[in-house]
Amino acid sequence: MRGPSVPAPATLPPADLPGLDPSWSRLVTCDDRDGIARTWHVLDKEVQNPRVTVLAVHGNPTWSYLWRQVLASAPADVRVVAVDQLGMGFSERLTTQRRLEQRIDDLGRVTAALEIDGPVVVLAHDWGGPISLGWALAHDAQIRGLVLTNTAVHQPSDSGIPRVIALARVEPLRAFNTERLPIFLRITTALSGSRISPEVRRAFWAPYLKADRRTAISDFVEDIPVKPSHPSAAILNEVAEGIRGLQVPTLMLWGPGDPVFSDRYLNDLRERMPHAQVHRYEGARHLVIEDAPSLVDDFWMWMGDLDTPRQQLEEVTENPQALQLELGTSLPLWTGFEQRARTHPNQDAIVEPAGSGRWRRVSWRQLTMKVDLLARGLVGRGIHRGDRVAVLVTPGADLIATVYACWQIGATVVIVDAALGVRGIRRALRSARPTSIIAIPKAIPIVQGLGAKVIASGQLARIAAEGKSKPSPERAQAHDEAIVVFTSGSTGPAKGVVYRHEQIARTRDLIVAHLDITERDALVAAFAPWAVLGPALGIASVIPDMDVTRPATLTAKALGAAVQAVGGTLMWGSPAALRAVVDTQDGLRDKSQLATLRLVMGAGAPVSRELLQGMKDLCPTADVRTPYGMTEVLPVTDVSLTEIIAAGDGPGVLVGHPLAGVDVRISALDSLGQATGALSESACVLGEVVVRAAHVKDRYDALWATQRRSSREVGWHRTGDVGEIDEQGRLWIGGRLSHVITSPSGPIAPVAIEQRMGVITDVLQAAAVGVGPLGNQQVVIVLETNRVVDLDLIDEVRSLAQMPVAAVLARTSLPVDIRHRSKVDRTALAIWAAQTLAGRS
Amino acid sequence: MKVLVTGGRGLLGSATVAELRRRGHEVTTFQRNPSGNLQEILGDVTDASAVQRAVAGNEAVVHLAARVSIAGAWEDFIAANVDGTSNVVNACRTEGVKRLVHVSSPSVAHAGEPLVGVGAQPADPENVRGHYARSKAMAEIIALNANSPELAVTAIRPHLVWGPGDTQLVERIIDRARSGRLFLIGNGQSLIDTTYVDNAADALACAVEHCPGGRAFVVSNGEPRTVAEIVARIAQAGGSKVRGRVPYPVAFAAGKVIERVWGDRPSDPPITTFLAEQLSTAHWFDQRETQLALHWVPKVSLDEGFRLLDRAYRN
Repeated sequence: MRGPSVPAPATLPPADLPGLDPSWSRLVTCDDRDGIARTWHVLDKEVQNPRVTVLAVHGNPTWSYLWRQVLASAPADVRVVAVDQLGMGFSERLTTQRRLEQRIDDLGRVTAALEIDGPVVVLAHDWGGPISLGWALAHDAQIRGLVLTNTAVHQPSDSGIPRVIALARVEPLRAFNTERLPIFLRITTALSGSRISPEVRRAFWAPYLKADRRTAISDFVEDIPVKPSHPSAAILNEVAEGIRGLQVPTLMLWGPGDPVFSDRYLNDLRERMPHAQVHRYEGARHLVIEDAPSLVDDFWMWMGDLDTPRQQLEEVTENPQALQLELGTSLPLWTGFEQRARTHPNQDAIVEPAGSGRWRRVSWRQLTMKVDLLARGLVGRGIHRGDRVAVLVTPGADLIATVYACWQIGATVVIVDAALGVRGIRRALRSARPTSIIAIPKAIPIVQGLGAKVIASGQLARIAAEGKSKPSPERAQAHDEAIVVFTSGSTGPAKGVVYRHEQIARTRDLIVAHLDITERDALVAAFAPWAVLGPALGIASVIPDMDVTRPATLTAKALGAAVQAVGGTLMWGSPAALRAVVDTQDGLRDKSQLATLRLVMGAGAPVSRELLQGMKDLCPTADVRTPYGMTEVLPVTDVSLTEIIAAGDGPGVLVGHPLAGVDVRISALDSLGQATGALSESACVLGEVVVRAAHVKDRYDALWATQRRSSREVGWHRTGDVGEIDEQGRLWIGGRLSHVITSPSGPIAPVAIEQRMGVITDVLQAAAVGVGPLGNQQVVIVLETNRVVDLDLIDEVRSLAQMPVAAVLARTSLPVDIRHRSKVDRTALAIWAAQTLAGRS
Repeated sequence: MKVLVTGGRGLLGSATVAELRRRGHEVTTFQRNPSGNLQEILGDVTDASAVQRAVAGNEAVVHLAARVSIAGAWEDFIAANVDGTSNVVNACRTEGVKRLVHVSSPSVAHAGEPLVGVGAQPADPENVRGHYARSKAMAEIIALNANSPELAVTAIRPHLVWGPGDTQLVERIIDRARSGRLFLIGNGQSLIDTTYVDNAADALACAVEHCPGGRAFVVSNGEPRTVAEIVARIAQAGGSKVRGRVPYPVAFAAGKVIERVWGDRPSDPPITTFLAEQLSTAHWFDQRETQLALHWVPKVSLDEGFRLLDRAYRN
């Protein structure tokens, strides 16, 4: 059912739409295949002899206005053409329905009329996807690249069509929804997040103000083939299959919050084009280009890479053979425990609490068998090399065996921290898209409905039993993906980080070498990630009697018992765990229980000197150290309490010398706090810390632009931390790049000033933030205190700060990140300080 | 250089005369009442011929004379600030003066919203608050429009100048603190720039010597502080304390009422909407451009300035 069909000529859009330059608008007339002259409205930022032309194709029910920011920021040698499809935007209105096949043909005719004859990058959204991909298949000699944003070419068979579309399609509701009333139109602009201003929203609606201007919106909805018998089903299928052969560089930029084109459609496209680079913008929805502020920059960054040597460089380093040659001797991750199973089959590999002060002991032989049987059993359950398996199991022997079993198979283990919360866990799993999820009973309800097979952890024993009758799988290679872990999420949504086997093996080798680990060592793992590493190190691990997901539940007594249980020599704990041990030391009757510890490591978040001293007092014979690193590379440096004491005050937190094989450089900050400097080893220059090492992560997961920015220099990782290297080659960390204060006299890192505030009476914590415009910020010190800010307190702060301080503010608490509850959220604090100091309250 | 300073009697005027003389310039002053200066011409800026006689023979003019009070009739502001500036500009033109440093005020671009770390924005007579700011905005436009290859005109907007001997800010705060009438408006945490008088005088002398024509510059110490801190430090120098706080809406409403009933009385009212806004919204500025263009940096820090103030009140 169609509404009244009123033909109308193409027109130019109103001249006052926000962000749209009227000089881009053109009307172009060309014959369609029926010989009828059709007039199109296109945005065309023409250039002489373009290096490449971007052909931008909108979907339903938007128009070329969607691409205005792409046109506005186009480089001088790139032509951008954004068409309004016939019947849409300000192009000619049609009297009959136009189906996919003809729309593909139409697009070819208008590009010919526009004399687009050089290389083309297609940029598409929504139903612009199938149309422009159809165009690409017909112009494969011209196609230079594909950039797809929230679109689809195929309805995955396992699911129904999106509810919004299904609703819009119901006859006669369709015409009613899409044509008579602009409901579909309004829903679409509402499908975007809050970033769309009312003015921009009105600009999206501008071509569709009357029902007779909206006929094509309705026709488009009807043209979605939901059944094989639909007139457009065949051609859509041709496109969907055809793109498997398109080997051009492809980028998929996605808003995962889209209720129409959800991750399911992204995954379908990724399956068709496995070489595609992908970036999912967490929080962005259907109109991803409106929701993701960095998308247009990311697009141009990718465009810039199309013709630069960088691309070739990366291809070389990602060539598996080249890597294996380079890596040479790194042994597989299971070598450590398999060797011990041969030499000391009955000694303890893993010791974990079994309740009432007893221990469950797993020997090297048992662990090796368990891993082997699980690996075989999991293959029997359909888990194969290249699959991703999320493991939501409490740290302990089961978790460890499952991880190594997956590794042997060549399946990628996805680890999510319970601290991310239900929403965070689901968000992380959606981005990592595991095919199977092994979960403890408590976690099972959380992981339903993610499109993965859910296996209860209680099944693991049975799976291992099944493994007895299954063959051993072929084992993973060094270049296979090993793990996806997530960043803390203290600065935005947690990011997935991918490591390959060789990178984890390198981490292991570095730790063994740096800490002189031998078979005689035994590890007390109060820090969950390291519990998994024990078997790879080939040393016994004990998990103290605590809730490992809640480090503060560790006690000195439990630590003492754990050390006793294996003759522990090494202890790893997060600052919260160490704090809990120091605070409960009175409960440890016999302090000599800790005497076998030769090394205590505080890791996972910055550890204060005072806390390290507390541990040193408790374990006087141990070397008390703390490594510096991050989810993307750990460790980078490490430093002992003794060194920290000897060094005294400095430009931040002393984290020590880079470990052997780790290169650290500084990229100096400019006056706006951007790390634009070339990588340098110069001493006493404040800049972003940049690291190169064999154990750096492989990449961020489905975050192409984040990865690209973090590896601006090929082979290096930009950490997002700022710091300085001192004359002795030691690294000092001054805070996060995003927390740098850009004063008129230069950038200032907050941590050094904050540390100097530690001596003020009744001040629990201090944060230094900047207020004012970038490059002209004033330093403001926010104190966590119940004291009143009087002139005496201000004078004390200024004399300690050793730099100009505009204002001192007091709060009873400082905002901290959700996950660690230890990192002060200086971004939030800076906003608060700016509001406070603007006055008027 | 032969320099005429109009309005050479006030806090900033006398400091500027002294600084110019220290730099070896030959300074004449022009004001209504005798100042005790060796070289002075008495007269009113509203008197065009008097202005012309005073300007004659000088290479540069620093135009400081202005009506600065918060209250008063609009006609008086027009006469002193707008007509007075026109007279000075015309005299500079006809007498072949090379440089004019017009002393303006940051309030000429302050429409009431917080100004946070910004540069000197264009004078905006339409939207600024109060007779003083509006007339000074008009004056600045007149002065800068006169900039030409023959006459370089620089507008300098010193922000909240204070120092020992200040009858405007410092005296009022100390008087009120001593009589227990000193209240802070709002939370007292709006961040504002101030300028120690010697730095402002120094900046004006630099402006005479370098005179980057056609532009306006805000001059301040570049050390913004909360209103609460500034008031407390000044009160402390006078040996007193702040008594309490008045919420901003109350102060603003009081200002409205007082403005209406105060009318054209010559003395300043205790509060006006202008003052309420000035003291309860942030206004601090980007000094990088100013310092570069004037070849000037503030020599006396705020801390040093407060020490000098303290000493002045002890003696």
